Amino acid sequence: MSRRIEAAFLKAKGEGRAALIPYITAGYPDLARLSGLVRALSQAGADVIEIGIPFSDPLADGPVLQRAATEALRQGVRIRDIMAAVREVASGSPPLVFLTYINPVFRAGMGAFAHAARESGVEALIIPDLPWVEGTDLRRAASAEEMTIIPLVAPTSTPQHLWAIRRARGFVYGVSVTGVTGMRQDVDDGARAMVARVKHVVPLPVALGFGISTPDQAREVGGWADGVIVGSALVKAIAEDPGNAEAVAFGMVSAFRQKMAAPSRTTPPAFVGGSQK
Amino acid sequence: MATMKPVPDRTGRFGPFGGRYVPETLMPAVAELDQAYRRVRRDRAFHQEFRALLKDYVGRPTPLRRADRVSEQVGFDVYLKREDLNHTGAHKINNTVGQILLARRMGKQRIIAETGAGQHGVATATAAALFGLKAEIYMGEEDVKRQALNVYRMRLLGAEVHPVTSGTATLKDATNEAIRDWVTNVRTTFYVIGSVVGPHPYPMMVRDFQSVIGREARRQIVDVAGGLPTHIVAAVGGGSNSMGIFYPFRNDPVALVGIEAAGEGVPSGRHAATITVAEPGILHGSLSYLLQDDDGQILPAHSISAGLDYPGVGPEHAYLHQTGRAQYHAIRDDEALSAFHRLAEWEGIIPALESAHAVAWVIKSKEALRALGARVLINLSGRGDKDVEAVARYEEVTHVPAH
Repeated sequence: MSRRIEAAFLKAKGEGRAALIPYITAGYPDLARLSGLVRALSQAGADVIEIGIPFSDPLADGPVLQRAATEALRQGVRIRDIMAAVREVASGSPPLVFLTYINPVFRAGMGAFAHAARESGVEALIIPDLPWVEGTDLRRAASAEEMTIIPLVAPTSTPQHLWAIRRARGFVYGVSVTGVTGMRQDVDDGARAMVARVKHVVPLPVALGFGISTPDQAREVGGWADGVIVGSALVKAIAEDPGNAEAVAFGMVSAFRQKMAAPSRTTPPAFVGGSQK
Repeated sequence: MATMKPVPDRTGRFGPFGGRYVPETLMPAVAELDQAYRRVRRDRAFHQEFRALLKDYVGRPTPLRRADRVSEQVGFDVYLKREDLNHTGAHKINNTVGQILLARRMGKQRIIAETGAGQHGVATATAAALFGLKAEIYMGEEDVKRQALNVYRMRLLGAEVHPVTSGTATLKDATNEAIRDWVTNVRTTFYVIGSVVGPHPYPMMVRDFQSVIGREARRQIVDVAGGLPTHIVAAVGGGSNSMGIFYPFRNDPVALVGIEAAGEGVPSGRHAATITVAEPGILHGSLSYLLQDDDGQILPAHSISAGLDYPGVGPEHAYLHQTGRAQYHAIRDDEALSAFHRLAEWEGIIPALESAHAVAWVIKSKEALRALGARVLINLSGRGDKDVEAVARYEEVTHVPAH
């Protein structure tokens, strides 16, 4: 179930770099662009791709991702259509994960949602408003559908929480700051200590998200974390030139990927339309 | 009547409802709050300080009196619990004084709150001012426009008001923004939630602070009427005034009746009758009933009363509905407006539009209640001065006759 995700982290590690995980909001700029965007990210060298399911009340998100979700919902995007679009593109892509708030999952039924996501080719779910202690039922239902639930860790997390997630699968999503998603000038000093604290207890790769907005930041973080998640910066770039969303996404993620590559092994990024492997 | 099992349990569950659905960043803060609240719950000094403030600052106990002309009109005894006579004009202050006392005990210097119409914002700003603390209030931009006077009140009280433009720019979005602030400033900030909603321990804590209403009312009605009421009727938005009066009567042979806002009618889709629709969902930290579409997206609520205009409801109300211990009905905007006028004319009391929903149900159900020989206690949760302008405007637009 999470084997493809774990393999993607291992492959990056084998190449002497951190895994790159770009995030896009499904249905933004519009749903017809989703498959093209996933292909562009894949060609730019993404190791895992995070696809956000827009929600009416995204309380863990900053202004950029709020606006993208609001716009997608204004266009009437439906979850079954998102799943159908993902299914079209999943087989040729790096491992895909959904980011969704808990209510759409709860509404569909935990097992039914996990089943539908699995059918569309998604490997794992990230649910920012479902804390681990409230997620027992969902994890049971998800595991029956071979769906992985990704644990989150924050700078405020207790040792008990780290202990509780030690048998999780896939990777650990490290929240770099106390705050919501969005671009920040600097990566918090505490984040590095947090990653070390997690790795001491949990035998999984740790990817850091929330606030990484430049290739330089990604390179720095990639020096001590196993993965780097880039969300708001990418969605903002797309929002500034939605007509060229795929080219913008390709360009930006290629730049991140190039900067993150180990100095001795820098390779030029693949071209749009070319094949990744 | 069987004694109800104490709820919530240690994990904040009222049967299947409640819980703590917040981002991992907030989990330690929610646990810290739970511990701190459990400590003060057993702390006699805390209760003494709280009681003294309710008496000498808020003005409690509030009166409970028979509404003579209403009783005459409907043909059975109707009593009013006068929460409108509290300082700041509503029951909200009971809870904000309690939470701000707790914030001080926890050493939190910064206070944040969400507000819809502004009543909870004013009550929070008031309690914060009393202790020299700084309050920052999140309020939907739509509400900021509609409730300019309350915005000014909060500023007079030294609070900072942050207009919220995201989503529908109303109470649910103000709540999202307050939670975003809390996630960001979790180490220094105390979030004063205004109703029996949110992650555990809020639904329990707000209920406990508001239970002073029911404890007083129970004593008073036995004194005044010589026995318990047959029915207690209260408006339900998030559900704090109703939970406050219901809770001390939970093990008594008394019907508990919660009145939701049917807005323009439940079939119109423009309403806030969350329990009438009864679809389970998770929002703002707990599992309860929600207004939502098939994908689980939250739908905007509608009511003429801004205080009832919320797409969720407290988890304990969902539990009382599910177990059948309380019954819930919905009253339309026009019915509430009519009751607003009736109470003003018959009793010389202008009720808050929220409370007018409870009055409207009693008037509407008068035949059935009369046949039962009912003795009805209504929680008059707030005064209507805040609504006078909106009502006047509404009646001008819709040409609703005043009688």
